[in-house]
Amino acid sequence: MFEGPVQDLIEALRRLPGIGQKSAQRLAFHLLKAPADEARALAESILAAKERVAICRECFNVAEGERCRYCLDARRDPALVCVVEEPADIIAVERTQEFRGRYHVLGGHISPIDGVGPDDLRIRELLARVERGELKEVIVATNPTVEGEATAIYLANLLKPLGARVTRIASGIPVGGDLEYADEVTLGRALEGRREI
Amino acid sequence: MALYKEQGIVLRTMRLGEADRIVTLLTQGSGKVRAVAKGVRKTKSRFGGRLEPFTHVDLLLYRGRELDIVTQVEIITSHRAIREDYARFAAGEVVLEAADRVAQERERSVRLFMLALGALRALAGGDGDPAVIADGFLLRLASLAGFRPSLSACAACGRPGPHARFSISQGGLVCEKCRTGGAVRVGEGTVPYLAGLLQEGPLPGAPREGRREGSGLVRAYVEYHFDRPLRAWAHVPR
Ligand SMILES: [Zn+2]
Ligand SMILES: [Zn+2]
Repeated sequence: MFEGPVQDLIEALRRLPGIGQKSAQRLAFHLLKAPADEARALAESILAAKERVAICRECFNVAEGERCRYCLDARRDPALVCVVEEPADIIAVERTQEFRGRYHVLGGHISPIDGVGPDDLRIRELLARVERGELKEVIVATNPTVEGEATAIYLANLLKPLGARVTRIASGIPVGGDLEYADEVTLGRALEGRREI
Repeated sequence: MALYKEQGIVLRTMRLGEADRIVTLLTQGSGKVRAVAKGVRKTKSRFGGRLEPFTHVDLLLYRGRELDIVTQVEIITSHRAIREDYARFAAGEVVLEAADRVAQERERSVRLFMLALGALRALAGGDGDPAVIADGFLLRLASLAGFRPSLSACAACGRPGPHARFSISQGGLVCEKCRTGGAVRVGEGTVPYLAGLLQEGPLPGAPREGRREGSGLVRAYVEYHFDRPLRAWAHVPR
């Protein structure tokens, strides 16, 4: 235990995701050693982000105004929507330069063990977008984890009866990977998702 | 520090740093074990999908002071069907959550391990209602922990039943003399439902009648005796 402001800083850093006690201490002492204006710049950018960044009314991505850049971009297909867990996943999809539709950010995945059910995510809002008839295809790009898969299945059960086409991103062997080291679930999925060449 | 082999069920995983996870395992011989899986979140990780919840695995672990380290893992059964149906998934989360609450770190309990594995097998097998399988698991878990509810004789004085009231705090059915304020009058099908959950053999043998009330009682009973809320329970489609 340290005293006063140092301990406060460590406590504050510890609340960040993925930061344990040791990392928090390391970060705190790094900041203490850094020049004052570097620390100030960090504090100010956190405040500025909190003040200026809003949530897009359409897709719940982070935005600088009422709508995010993807929802404002008229060249993007409004009938095709890619559903992701978090805004950071949009960046990953964008890097592929393969997708020219819009997004929908759920804000996480269904996780009953953590008390997170469908009502705690932006699923009702997605349903509303489908019901308005705006969407022709919903691509579910939640993580290929157990919780991400369960969320995908829940969405498919909900959206298919409304006549929307619901698709799931393929999962399988990573490019540059090695078949020999693939686990049976991944390899099984890869076989199921095979395509003609 | 030493390497050791174990067989376990993946209960939950938690992100750690950039690419790692802390995996909580219910093992056959070492009780609950928390171990770090390094690099598991990278797409090219050698662990791949082997450390996802519900998976029954063979492990080689490196014993650490607080956290162990997963060095090798092979799938025994992935229980894949649980991941592919929403109701089974939610019921499976009830099993994982309750097992996580009850298991003690590094304390061997083969019976707890077998009970959890049996419940996951039943869920993956596809017959039977997932919500009933979860109820059966919970009530058997309570029994294993020493809180088996009395379903015929009075839980307080032992007077032979049948009795009409169930008391969560007194541990089952109670007679008119022993009943306290919290004892509730239960419907006709409720006791047979609960008794069905406790019957020897694979999960579940419970009749469908009495399930609504019985299911609610199971939750309240388990939450009371384990003194913890069960968060997943309310998310199981019923
Ligand atoms: Zn948007
Ligand atoms: Zn009595």
